[in-house]
Amino acid sequence: MTSHPRLTARPAGRHALLVELPDAERTAAFHAELLRRRAVGTLPPVREIVPGARTVLLDGVRDPEALARRLADWEIAPRAADDGDVVEISVRYDGPDLADVAALWGVGREEVAGLHSSRTYRVAFCGFAPGFGYLTGLPAELHVPRRATPRTRVPAGAVGLAGPYSAVYPRSTPGGWQLIGTMPDPGRLWDPMREAAALLTPGTRVRFVPTEDAA
Amino acid sequence: MTAKLTTVRAGALTTVQDSGRYGHAHLGVPRSGALDAFAMRLANRLLGNDPDTAVLETTLTGCALQPDRAVTVVVGGAPCPVAVDGRPVAWGTPVGVPAGAVLDVGAVTAGVRSYVAVAGGIAVEPVLGSRSTDLLSGLGPSALRDGDVLPVGTPARQVATPVAAPWQGPPTELILPVRPGPRADWFTPAALHTFTSATYRVSAHSNRIGLRTEGPPLERAWTGELPSEGMVLGAVQVPPDGRPVVFLHDHPTTGGYPVIAVVAEPALAAAAQAAAGTPVRFTLG
Repeated sequence: MTSHPRLTARPAGRHALLVELPDAERTAAFHAELLRRRAVGTLPPVREIVPGARTVLLDGVRDPEALARRLADWEIAPRAADDGDVVEISVRYDGPDLADVAALWGVGREEVAGLHSSRTYRVAFCGFAPGFGYLTGLPAELHVPRRATPRTRVPAGAVGLAGPYSAVYPRSTPGGWQLIGTMPDPGRLWDPMREAAALLTPGTRVRFVPTEDAA
Repeated sequence: MTAKLTTVRAGALTTVQDSGRYGHAHLGVPRSGALDAFAMRLANRLLGNDPDTAVLETTLTGCALQPDRAVTVVVGGAPCPVAVDGRPVAWGTPVGVPAGAVLDVGAVTAGVRSYVAVAGGIAVEPVLGSRSTDLLSGLGPSALRDGDVLPVGTPARQVATPVAAPWQGPPTELILPVRPGPRADWFTPAALHTFTSATYRVSAHSNRIGLRTEGPPLERAWTGELPSEGMVLGAVQVPPDGRPVVFLHDHPTTGGYPVIAVVAEPALAAAAQAAAGTPVRFTLG
């Protein structure tokens, strides 16, 4: 294990490193720095760069130990809040857990839409299903727990909250997030036949736009 | 004109597999691909195919296929009886199947997964650069159903003369070399010792996502929640019940249970052929 005041590189088999950062902000900055270095050709070949909540996995690396030593010298600038593409997602705030979330936030249910849609989020990482992005950007006082009992079926397009994250379900799956709304056109989230299969990729910024449109 | 294969009997679980999808893990797309990559490559080489050409991967009960034109096939991986129109033919070496005849790949006599390679390959449309069926996220062709028709590609003009094919027999004991980490420090020293000294057994609940094991539970040094992090192929994840799970090719790209160690990728081909009940030992190295 290679430690550093800002990051810890943990071994993950013969060809991978799991780099751990102190918090989500520095994870986003480190991820952006990896992509920048890859784009300019100063990163050794890495097959997969997979961000997590507080980690970035570098998989398919010829010499993980040598890369770990190099990482220790990197200067990593904080990520500017306005850095990265912005995607807008329309939301009807009509989810079945709207009243529960309003109660947890201590507001009326008609205020949830305004509180949720008044900030800009960023995709921290993806997982669970292709096209499913974990969005950070809710302040700590608006974090909510998962539902005590997960639903066996959450419809595609459902907009949910869990812990520090917001997300939109790209397809119907079981799920335990608190559902506050519906994206009328969830087909935009994931299309493997499209040039860019995923609408939400790590680092992308997201704004939710309240709408009254039916699906 | 190229051939088409009609599925006469799909079997318990038959999927199209090649070397898998790379470069999309950050979008939540699993790698997929043949679990016994060694068997897939050998079967393809015997037909003059590129080693990573798409093949069929069966599970325990084989499958039956009927080509509309003559094709050459190799059935390898887990040993099984092979027949053409009811007549026994060779396993593990190229076999001609005449137009309209039925190739029957029987139930395995050992191991788990047989591979059916066809000269020219299974030519379904690639998705994100691979023809593999991904059972976790539903990418690629769905698992075979009776009646499904699969296109075959154009065979190589010159087929290599088969040499003695070094098929590996399914393991009677599965030895998995591991390197500790990334989360070995989440476990007690006693658990780390148990992990590399106890004998586990392959659980019947294993699948393409993971090789589940039965055996002594591994105790965690603390019970905090692990924030979701990226997972590699071969990661040995320890869920709350303490029994190690070895991530195979359809594994989720991120996970929230600690990974005690990672199995070297070349050893995973044997893991794919370890039947339920097979003893498993994790060794440092």
